[in-house]
Amino acid sequence: MDVSRREFLKKIAGLSAILFGSKTAFELLAPGELEAQYLPKPEALTAKRWAMVIDMGKMDEETRNKCIKVCHRTHNVPDIAKENPRHIVKWIWTEPYENAFPGLEQEHMAERLKDKLFIVLCNQCDNPPCVRVCPTKATWRREDGVVMMDQHRCIGCRFCMAACPFGSRSFNWRDPRPFIKERDPEYPTREKGVVEKCNFCAERLAKGLMPACVEVSNGALIFGDLTDENSKVRKTLREYYTIRRKPYLGTDPQVYYIVDTLL
Amino acid sequence: MFEKALVGSRKYWGLVIVLSSIIGIGFILYMWQLKVGLRITGMSRDVSWGFYIAQFTYLVGIAAGGVMVVLPYYLHDYKAFGRITILGEFLAVAACTMCLLFIIVDLGKPMRLFNVLLHPTPNSILFWDMIVLNVYLLLNIVIGWMVLQCERNGAPPPKWLKVMAYISIPWAPSIHIVTAFLYQGLPGRGYWLTAIMAPRFLSSAFCSGPALVLLLALLIRKYTKFDPGREQIQSLAKIVTYLIIINVLFICFEFFTVFYSQIPEHMHHFKHLFITGSKISPLMWISYIGMAIAAILLVFPAIRRDEGALAVCCAIVIITTWIDKGLGLMIGGFVPNPFGRVFEYWPTLPEALISLGVWATGFLIITILYKIAISVKEEIRA
Repeated sequence: MDVSRREFLKKIAGLSAILFGSKTAFELLAPGELEAQYLPKPEALTAKRWAMVIDMGKMDEETRNKCIKVCHRTHNVPDIAKENPRHIVKWIWTEPYENAFPGLEQEHMAERLKDKLFIVLCNQCDNPPCVRVCPTKATWRREDGVVMMDQHRCIGCRFCMAACPFGSRSFNWRDPRPFIKERDPEYPTREKGVVEKCNFCAERLAKGLMPACVEVSNGALIFGDLTDENSKVRKTLREYYTIRRKPYLGTDPQVYYIVDTLL
Repeated sequence: MFEKALVGSRKYWGLVIVLSSIIGIGFILYMWQLKVGLRITGMSRDVSWGFYIAQFTYLVGIAAGGVMVVLPYYLHDYKAFGRITILGEFLAVAACTMCLLFIIVDLGKPMRLFNVLLHPTPNSILFWDMIVLNVYLLLNIVIGWMVLQCERNGAPPPKWLKVMAYISIPWAPSIHIVTAFLYQGLPGRGYWLTAIMAPRFLSSAFCSGPALVLLLALLIRKYTKFDPGREQIQSLAKIVTYLIIINVLFICFEFFTVFYSQIPEHMHHFKHLFITGSKISPLMWISYIGMAIAAILLVFPAIRRDEGALAVCCAIVIITTWIDKGLGLMIGGFVPNPFGRVFEYWPTLPEALISLGVWATGFLIITILYKIAISVKEEIRA
């Protein structure tokens, strides 16, 4: 077999291009090599599985409003309701029983449930459909169960909003910044065209603080590690009968409601 | 071959100018949408997908027009379709392009589009939809263009082209199945959570796609010297007939399951679509009754043989399946919302005009590609 000088050089050039290319690719794709090492700060609150119990008996009107207000202020959630209620952004809000738990309402119910408003927020599902459908991993589930959102990666396709059975996600239909009354520099504001939702105050947990709503709730919101038998969350779940929103869909919501303490 | 698109009659240039103007209006409005956000649409927190995604879904179906003429030719050696495969392939090119454009105009952050490639996520159906649509588009561009070039040069198509055509045949249903999976795998949406969704997408695609090819073939016969052929049109008519009947049947299956089981979470959506939806309900009735009428009419050979009546039936098929998929699918899926509340949705004028701009882009592509194809065919005949 005769190989001309020209052909030989061509082959060598091609081969080295492939080798060089695959070496670079290997280095780039090798797990953990180029990624920055990330460790939580020593003061951070950590858990194997964060969960929340809402004690409706303690959740009076004043507490409800305090929770909503502090959350929306802490996270620079815009107040768009007056501009256009259809474009509202909300992380935590209230719903009547029949809307929070559709399908569970019945014609004759305990009177005390009638005018009660239930606090609703992202359920931080253990098996989150929003994470399953996101085409860019802009929303993902952390090891400790918090379902996070990267607003710098989100392409605004809103597949997660279609997938969420709890209506927990909001899209920025317009620039939210003009609608933020007092901007908290501790938390980033968002741009138009991305989705956002409650993050269980991941940024506060990292600093060793409880979620903002929990802090102001006077014990109506109980927050803790579901895997720790001695945590207050587990104690409460052992003691009371609790319900979750749409558990039959298999998303495994991690926000529990105590209803029978309602007076 | 492209030079064929640069010379044409006054009618051809008139059509190009009209379509370009509509595209221009749509483009200007899209620039506005880019600047101020998707607030200029009728979409909301509760109905978070609207007209854009619905058009995308409908046009995935139209892209099927391609395979229904390609399949009989390549798999059954049905020679008659040899002269019109190009119409199906070029229609698929236009439809896939519109699909991709509709996804882009719906994105909140279109400049980040390539994040889908940068962070490939196989568990997301949207990732797979991106793959199947782009590959189907590419297959149809290459196959259509090469087949036409070979025909012009009087040379047999190369072997690899046939391999590509064979690949494109099973690939066509994949775009409908994957698009249906976008919806039918979501846990909280009773209207979409049904295994018949993918079969319904297939049946509506394989009747509306060929129906559009048929209408375009009739138009071509009327306005050009190229005759797609009577036998070809009659064969397409039979395909449309079978598939519209299957489509109506699938809808009946859906209704039976929903209303005999009486499960509220599924029934509520249908009740809104057909009874309480102020704008959508009359249209849904028109859509389903129209589909049934078209299915019945098309069964009669005498009606199919009369090309005027056939054209009317095909137009009914196209319009009724459009109402079903291009409007009903989104409103039905999102209303009532996960809290059981009813928030009505209707597209705004800018939203409709941007959509019209995308449609015009597709029709401009069809106009130009069909012009090239027909000029080549006329040249061969001369």
